[in-house]
Amino acid sequence: MVELKPGARFQSTVCTTEVIVVKGAGEADLMCGGAEMVPAGTGEVAGEPAADAAEGTLLGKRYSDEAETVELLATKAGAGSMAVGGAPLEVAQAKTLPASD
Amino acid sequence: MNLMMLLEMAANGLEDRVAVGSLDSGLTYRQLFEQAGEAAARFRADPGAKVVLCDESSPAVPVALFGAAWAGMPYVPLNYRLPDDDLRALAERSAPGVAIGDDSGAARLGGVEGLTAVTRDQFIADRSGDAPAIEPGDWSMDAEEIAVLLFTSGTTGAPKSAVLRHKHLVSYILGSVEFMGAGEDEATIVSVPPYHVAGVSAMLSSVYAGRRIVQLAKFDPDVWIDTVEAEGVTHAMVVPTMLSRIVDALEARGGEPMLGVRALSYGGGKMPEPVIRRALDLFPITNFVNAYGLTETSSTIALLGPDDHRVAQYSDDEGERARLKSAGRPLPGVEVSIRDDDFNEVGVGEVGEIFVRGEQVSGEYLEKGSLLDHEGWFPTRDGGFIDEGGYLFVQGRNDDVIIRGGENMSPGEIEDVLLTDERVKDAAAIGVPDREWGEQIVAVIVAPTPCPATELQDLVGARLRSSRVPAHVVFVDELPYNDTGKLLRRVLRENYAHLGDDPTD
Repeated sequence: MVELKPGARFQSTVCTTEVIVVKGAGEADLMCGGAEMVPAGTGEVAGEPAADAAEGTLLGKRYSDEAETVELLATKAGAGSMAVGGAPLEVAQAKTLPASD
Repeated sequence: MNLMMLLEMAANGLEDRVAVGSLDSGLTYRQLFEQAGEAAARFRADPGAKVVLCDESSPAVPVALFGAAWAGMPYVPLNYRLPDDDLRALAERSAPGVAIGDDSGAARLGGVEGLTAVTRDQFIADRSGDAPAIEPGDWSMDAEEIAVLLFTSGTTGAPKSAVLRHKHLVSYILGSVEFMGAGEDEATIVSVPPYHVAGVSAMLSSVYAGRRIVQLAKFDPDVWIDTVEAEGVTHAMVVPTMLSRIVDALEARGGEPMLGVRALSYGGGKMPEPVIRRALDLFPITNFVNAYGLTETSSTIALLGPDDHRVAQYSDDEGERARLKSAGRPLPGVEVSIRDDDFNEVGVGEVGEIFVRGEQVSGEYLEKGSLLDHEGWFPTRDGGFIDEGGYLFVQGRNDDVIIRGGENMSPGEIEDVLLTDERVKDAAAIGVPDREWGEQIVAVIVAPTPCPATELQDLVGARLRSSRVPAHVVFVDELPYNDTGKLLRRVLRENYAHLGDDPTD
């Protein structure tokens, strides 16, 4: 279990994925590639993502759960795909604000 | 969070795409990242110092901005247009630190105690070659650290330093820009100076979107037009005076429309409606965006988008047409509240002070601390209202409110009426001291075609209450603006103070 709060960063332990929390609060069972994610910079990367969690995480994409209580931004891409509480996270709809500066 | 996170993502995702400069000679995202690292290694030789910039736009701007973030030092761009004494005063307040400038900027800051002045050429030369080693990615992720200090323009007093922390700027970018959202052929022209908040936010949002930055050292409408054509520029941000001069220059060239510009955003001051309507004709297929924001809010907090512009341009509905004068709707993640003098929220259409809340809102000054209230709301000192569609109308600084006979009136509402006369190109309403009324209204008008004062007074009288009718109408060739497009009402009030006690003028 990890503690989610906006600005917190986590890394995968089985691939190069890193994320920053955009939205989310409290304890969560955050996985990547089938292994628990840990606070960024605190874990080694070893092994490979589990076969059922290897769809990959794309750089700069936002990932959220179905209820949209959690939103994570991928700051580094990786081969594993993420899940919270056993449910896979999906790419959230891109924001379409026009450029203003 | 750190600004470097944004550049690192761009360097990883975009690699060899050009980030800053021309397609054939510019810096790629990877090179910008490496140069920021080399700059950071140098900056760290002076721990506890700041990175001061006294220079026009150049590739040194993003290198210094990101390099400072990597080194964990505040980036402090100064207004190089200030007179020597004022500039030195700000430089002294910014010491200790490294000061980067062009030859003249570096020379002007020479001898300021605690500041090591280097020329832009030295700064760039020092980075190529044997730069000290730096660990990749070893910047601090403490979001509370100060990223940027921006001196306010000081139109109402001594300049204050607005504090923008990493959390404010990163929140702004993550909340408003889609990573790699720009196509490879997109380029944005940055013509605001580096010491303007948009000069900072343009670097960040363009890098994160993957949109190439083309810099204009100093604004000139003809150079702007030529650069847009030569560099294949697709996006631009301008302040109102710039757009006004671009429109004049395009009309002087025969009124040929500019078709290559896909998006044009404007902000940083009140846009005269005739200017934007002429611009909509000269940029017929351009998406217009009106952005409203403050230094203290990390740039944009509300915007009027392209569709709103088209509706407002072509609608027959008075309310929809009026929205061309609005700042649009708040960004997602930004809340806006209009409050009365007792801080109570007012209803739809009622005028009050604009309060704003959100993760990008700093509302903090080095000298005064945080101005946020206990619920996180920042009083902008701007007056305004929200219409029934949720559109925010900004009516100018509360410090500029005219108080006549105990009645508060916004200069903006009087100016809006004056500008509906086609002969009026620009207009300012100011209050001057008056023994009887406290203040008396003076309208300062730019009208190349002669236009009798009485007709303008009648126009205001017909549209607004009689108390709003200017006692005096004076005609000038142009209104005084500072270089980032802010109307200098203080100058007008000084120039026309003599009208106040002479009602027979």
